[in-house]
Amino acid sequence: MPEIIYKGKAYPGEQDETVLDTLCRHDVHVPFSCRAGNCHTCMLHCLEGEVTTASQDNLKPALKLLNYFLPCQCVPTGDLEVDLPDEEDVYVSARLVEKQQLSPSVWRFSLEAAVPVFYHAGQFLNLKNDQGWVRSYSLASLPTEDEAMEIQVKRMPDGEMSHWLIDEFSPGMHIEIEGPHGHCLYTNDSPQRSILCIGTSTGLAPLIGIVRDALHQGHSGDIHLYHGVRTREELYLHESLKDMAAQHDNLHYHACVSGDDAGEGFKHGRASELALEEHPDLKGWQVFLCGAPEMVQKTRMKAYLAGATMNDISADAFTTPEH
Amino acid sequence: MSTLFEKLGGEGAVDAAVDIFYRKVLADDSINHFFETTDMAAQHAKQKSFLTMAFGGPNNYTGTDMRTAHAPLVAKGLNEDHFNAVAGHLQSTLEELNVPADLIGEVMAIAGSTKDDVLGR
Repeated sequence: MPEIIYKGKAYPGEQDETVLDTLCRHDVHVPFSCRAGNCHTCMLHCLEGEVTTASQDNLKPALKLLNYFLPCQCVPTGDLEVDLPDEEDVYVSARLVEKQQLSPSVWRFSLEAAVPVFYHAGQFLNLKNDQGWVRSYSLASLPTEDEAMEIQVKRMPDGEMSHWLIDEFSPGMHIEIEGPHGHCLYTNDSPQRSILCIGTSTGLAPLIGIVRDALHQGHSGDIHLYHGVRTREELYLHESLKDMAAQHDNLHYHACVSGDDAGEGFKHGRASELALEEHPDLKGWQVFLCGAPEMVQKTRMKAYLAGATMNDISADAFTTPEH
Repeated sequence: MSTLFEKLGGEGAVDAAVDIFYRKVLADDSINHFFETTDMAAQHAKQKSFLTMAFGGPNNYTGTDMRTAHAPLVAKGLNEDHFNAVAGHLQSTLEELNVPADLIGEVMAIAGSTKDDVLGR
């Protein structure tokens, strides 16, 4: 069986075991989150040996060349010596240019990277603060329109990173960013088809980027955007989304409040359930789902049963509860 | 002389069929509890490899794999009725895609040949 060498020690692997699983089984602590090759939190540097092509599939060409790989996607065929990524290879420094409170619990952060970061609306970044905490945040900005990169952060009682960002991180300060990642994005191959976007809480962030991207690229089919929250004041972009819908005939914004009935202009119930009730036939539709993992899982299934093909359903579930 | 897989249309045909087939399976309350749906993408990929095999395409399935993979389901009560229900959905998927009857027959024969392994007999 192949051995994984990390910081001078060798760890024997087992049959069909990924590099990440081998390290975890030996209580070696390396950062990781989704274990599915999506978040890139676990990316390592291979110093010696050959990694599998599958473990480099979604990496940037430069990182591939430097022999970076995703240990959660790598079942090694021979011995590997690995190490944590070199800071300067992977992370880029970004400056906070603006911080704005959007609702009682959600803040908007505008970041400017030291070097250009090429991304698509709907992708996400990993942010690392000076204490070494790494978390993923979706981009709400549109690279062709906005100078700064925008993320939206909700304060979560147990989310130490959310507290740090909201309470400590102020304009002028720097943070390390890595990415972008993610496949939840608009493709303009069929501009007439209908699009359904469902986001709960700050799952709205990537959807705003996707919707703006679609409109910007001249999408002519209907776009239905459902934002789901518990209470009315959590609809942190209500007015600007209403304005955006007023300017575009094909954009339909649905504000869904699941707690008390919020009155006229609001829908009462869960966004995902309301969306599927109002659009029972999703054959030919493109579907975007962002938010809590349970909502994303259930709705992915329902959207599929309602006729959308698996390839036309893009989802971005929060990988950490404090997203 | 083309193979069954080529006659059916290769990987493109599998992609078209798997979406319809898996939707039928999930909508069938008599069998859908056997299908783990928390990771739909993984489950979809499994259905794709099953259909590739039934279409006579390149696959690495062995009888032992089929046995091992389905053993936990047999323990949960998987029986011939369930097997036939899945086979029925495969047949109606192919009919919906206007696959000629003789090719459907060949696919159903391959699928049917897995029965003893799937049911652990």
